[in-house]
Amino acid sequence: MSVSNLFNQKLKVVNIGIGSFAENIRRAGGTAVSVEWQPPANISPNIFRTLNAKKETISKANSEALQRILNSKPYLTNMARAIDVVPGMRKNLLMHAGPPITWERMCGPMRGAVIGALLYEGLAQTPEEAETLAASGSIDFEPCHEHSSVGPMAGVTSASMPVFVVKNETFGNVAFCTQNEGLGKVLRYGAFSPEVIERLRWMENILYPTLKKALDVCGKIDLKNIIAQALHMGDELHNRNRAGTSLFYRSIAPAIVETANSPKIAADVLRFINGNDHFFLNLSMAASKATLDAARSIENSSVAVVMARNGTDFGIQLSGTGNEWFTGPALVPDALFFAGFTKEDANPDIGDSAITETNALGGFAIAASPAIVQFVGGSASDARQYTLDMYEITVGENTSYQIPSLDFRGTPTGIDAILIVETGTLPFIDTGVAHKNPGVGQVGAGVLKAPMEPFAKAVAALAARFEHKHIRTEE
Amino acid sequence: MIAKGKVLTGHYFDSVSLMLAARDLRAMPGIADAALVMATAENKTILRSSGMELSEFTQAGDADLLIVVKGESEELAKSALDTALSSLNKKRSKTNTTENTSKSLLGALKNNPDTNLVLISVAGKFAAHEARAALENNMHVMLFSNNVSIEYEVDLKTFAHEKGLLMMGPDCGTAIINGIPLAFANLVRRGKIGIVAASGTGLQEVASIIHSAGGGISQAIGTGGRDVKNKVGGITFLDAFEALKNDPETNVVVLVSKPPESVILEKLAAAVKGITKPVVTIFLGADKSVSRKMGAYAAQTLEESAYMAVALSKKIEMNEIAPNAKVRTELFRSIVHDKAYRMAKTQKWLRGIFSGGTFAHEALMISSRSLGIVRTNITNDAQQKLTDSWLSCEHTIVDLGEDEFTVGRPHPMIDYSLRRKRIAQEAADPETACILLDVVLGFGSHEDPLSELIPEIREAQRNAQAAKRYIAFVASVTGTELDPQNRTRVVEGLENIGVFVLPSNAAAAECATMIVSARGVN
Repeated sequence: MSVSNLFNQKLKVVNIGIGSFAENIRRAGGTAVSVEWQPPANISPNIFRTLNAKKETISKANSEALQRILNSKPYLTNMARAIDVVPGMRKNLLMHAGPPITWERMCGPMRGAVIGALLYEGLAQTPEEAETLAASGSIDFEPCHEHSSVGPMAGVTSASMPVFVVKNETFGNVAFCTQNEGLGKVLRYGAFSPEVIERLRWMENILYPTLKKALDVCGKIDLKNIIAQALHMGDELHNRNRAGTSLFYRSIAPAIVETANSPKIAADVLRFINGNDHFFLNLSMAASKATLDAARSIENSSVAVVMARNGTDFGIQLSGTGNEWFTGPALVPDALFFAGFTKEDANPDIGDSAITETNALGGFAIAASPAIVQFVGGSASDARQYTLDMYEITVGENTSYQIPSLDFRGTPTGIDAILIVETGTLPFIDTGVAHKNPGVGQVGAGVLKAPMEPFAKAVAALAARFEHKHIRTEE
Repeated sequence: MIAKGKVLTGHYFDSVSLMLAARDLRAMPGIADAALVMATAENKTILRSSGMELSEFTQAGDADLLIVVKGESEELAKSALDTALSSLNKKRSKTNTTENTSKSLLGALKNNPDTNLVLISVAGKFAAHEARAALENNMHVMLFSNNVSIEYEVDLKTFAHEKGLLMMGPDCGTAIINGIPLAFANLVRRGKIGIVAASGTGLQEVASIIHSAGGGISQAIGTGGRDVKNKVGGITFLDAFEALKNDPETNVVVLVSKPPESVILEKLAAAVKGITKPVVTIFLGADKSVSRKMGAYAAQTLEESAYMAVALSKKIEMNEIAPNAKVRTELFRSIVHDKAYRMAKTQKWLRGIFSGGTFAHEALMISSRSLGIVRTNITNDAQQKLTDSWLSCEHTIVDLGEDEFTVGRPHPMIDYSLRRKRIAQEAADPETACILLDVVLGFGSHEDPLSELIPEIREAQRNAQAAKRYIAFVASVTGTELDPQNRTRVVEGLENIGVFVLPSNAAAAECATMIVSARGVN
C-alpha cells in the first residue's frame, strides 16, 4: 500500500492506547476501532528480538503443529487396566494431574486422592497409614502427561484402575484416561471415604468389563465426531458434557444390552452413565490428549501441547521445547459455589482437564455453550467475547469443531505461547472447583485465566534454544 | 497523612484515563495526592519519590494497576479509593458493551480487514513493537507515543520507507489524513494545501490559520520532532513531501519545522528543486536565505506561512487575505498605550505560560528580539536557562509541556491545573506586567478551556486590582469554529473578561512584547 493509495481511500483506523482518540475520529466522521490493549508479559526485549528474527521459522513449525492437530482422528478403541497398557505404569506409581510435584507440596485434594488410591490398591489399610506411606518416599509420583495419560482434577491414577484407550488413527499414538466417577464425593476431588473406594471397585469389577465387552462388539467409537456434534448441542466438552455423554450412550447402549452378563448389570451400567453428565469428560480429555501428543516435538514450534494444573502449580509444555515443563502458581477460579461454600473454601486450579482448552474446546469453545454462561458472568455475549478473544492467541481455526452462534466458525485452535506473551491475552479456562481440604469434594464451578508465568518462561526457553543454535553454527 | 492503596491484577487502562481519574481524586476534599499507574518499574520509582509506594506494591508487575491515595484521615483515603474503583469499573463495563472488541493489533486487523492506518499511543516501551507489527502488516502508522529510542525510530522509518508506508512519529501529536483529524488535531476545511510538519502545535497553528483565511487542507502529515535530525535523516519528512508532490489534490506544500539539520537540508533542497508546485517553508529560527536557496517561499512565523500558502493556493495577493502589517502595528500601539499606562511602577516583566512547545519557541524568538534575554526552560543556553522551571525570573517563557511538568500528569492542553497555578503565581508577582498564553483547541485538547481560564484570570485580575496593579492578559487561540470547543466562542469568552486575543501566536507574542517594551525596562 503506497502513500498515494492511502490518499485515495477512506481512512480506516485501528487505535491502540488512548481510547478517546478513536471516539474523536468517529465524531469527526471517520472510521476507527479501538483495541482493548494490554501490556505484553514482562520479559526481556532481547527475547522478543530473537523470536522476531525467527518469525518465519516459527510460523512454519506452528503451521505444522496446527495441521497435525487438525488431521488427528481420535477413536475409543479399547479398555484395559492401567498396569497392562500405560507406558511406565508400575505397582508403586501414582500418576497425578499437572506438572511434577512432591508429596510435601501437594494440595489438600490431591493428597486426599493419593490416600484414596493407596487404600483402593490395598497398599494401606487406613488413611493415616496411607499418609505415612505417601510421605515415606517408596511411592513414586509422576504426571499423567508423562505417561500418555490425562486425569481430571487430582487425576490420581493407580495400577489397577481401568482406563479408556484412545488411539489417534492418523498418527498411531495412543492416550489413556480413567472412567469418570460422577459428581459429589469422588476420588478426583480428593474424597477417600469408604463409599468412594467402593464405587471405584464397582467401576473396576462391573463397569469396566461390561464396557469393554460392549466395545468389542460395537467396534471403535469416533470421538472427534461425537465432540463435533456435542458442540452443536450446547456442550463445550470441559464443564458441560451432557450432549457428549448422551451421544456416547446412544453409540454403546445396544452393545451393552447385548453383551452384559445380566440384564441387571446392563441396567446398572446404563443408569450409571445416564446419571453422570460428566461421563464423557474423560473421553473428551483422552481424545484431546491423543490429538495434541501428535503435535509434540516439532522443532521451533511455540504451540502449547499441554496445559495442566496440580492444584499448586500451573504447568505447560510447548511442541518446540520437548518434555520440559514451565510452571507458575495455580490461581483460584472465579466460581459459582454450591450452597454452603465460598471462595475461601476453594482450592487453586487443578486437573489435566485444561487439555480440552489446549485442544480448542472448553473455555475456547464457551460461545457454543449458552447453558453454562452463568459461570462467565451470566450473559451469552460475554461467553461469545471470551471465545473471540482466544482467536488472538491461536494459530488457526478448527476444521471439525465449530460454533453455531459464530456462523459455524471453527474453534480457536493451536495456542501460540508467543502470541500470549506479546498480547498479554491469557487462555481462558472453565473448570470445576475442588475444596481445599482433602475428602470434601467439589464445591463449585467457574472460570479463570491461565497465569502468565509459565508462558513467559516457555517463550524464554524457546528463544534460548535459538540463541544456542546460533552459537553452535557460529562455532 | 494516611496513604491507602490497592493492586488490581490484570487490569489495563490507557494513561490518559488514569491520569484524569487521578486528577479527579486529587480534587476531592481532604485528599493531598493520588496516583493511578500501571506498575512498571519507572512508575514505581515515581511513587517512591512522592512517598506513595506501599509495601503491597512490591510484587506487582507491568500488567497490574496500582491505585494509591494520600488523605488527611483513614476514612477520607478509603472513600477516595472506593470512588476510584467504582469509576474504573464503570469505564470497564462501558468498554465491554462495544461489540467484538479485539485484544491485540493482529486481532483487530483480522476483524477489520480494510484498515489502512494504525494509531498507536501506548507507553513508549511497548510502542515500537506495535508499530513494527503494524508496518509488517502493511499499515500506515501514526505513532503518538514518546519515549521511543532514536534507534527504534530509525529502524521503523527505514522499514516503512522500504515498504512505501507512511511512518508518522514517534512523538507525532497531530495529523489530518483524508480530512480526518488524528490525535490532537483541528477540524479544518478540505482544500489544496498539503503540510509536512516536524512540530505538532506548529501543524495545528498553520492548518487552523489556513482555514480561518479561507483555505483548506489536503493532507497534514506529522513526522515527529526528531525526524529532521541527521541521525534519522528526515526519512518521513522526505517521504511525506514526495507523497504530496505526487498528490493531484495538493497544489501548495508547506514545510513546518525547527531548522532541519544539514543532511536533511541538502536532501530537501534537491527534493524542492524537483517539484513544480510552490513550496512554503517555516523553519522557525532559520535564516530566510536557507529556504530561498532551495527555491521555496520562506516564512518567518507560522502565521505568515499559512497566509503565504493560501495566497499561492488561490493564486491571489497576500494582502487580500493577510492582515496589513502597518495597520496591525498601529492597532497594537493604541492597545499597548492603553494597557501599559494602567500598570503600577513595579510591573515590568513578560511572563509567557505555554502548553505548545513550538508556540513557546516562536514566542521566545519574537520577544528576544526586542527584550534581550528572555529566560526559559526550553533552551540549552546557560545564560537563558531558568535555574528552576517552576519559578519565573525577569522575562520568562515557560513550556508546561516539557518533561519536568508532565511526569504522571496529562499534557497541559488536557489538564489546566498546572497552568492555573502558574497564572496565579505570576499574577501575585508585583513585577509581572503581561501574561501571555496559548490556548490550543481541537480534538484531544480540553473540552471546555473557558471553565478553567475564566475563573483563574478573573481571580488574578481582582487580586491585582486590590493591590492597585493591572496585568495585561494576551492570548492566542489555535483552532477553528468547527472544533468541538468552537474558536469563536472561546475568543469571545476571553475577550469578555478583558483578555486581548490575537489571531495567531506570533501576533500575540509581538503584542505582548510591545506592551512590556512600553514599560521601558530595556
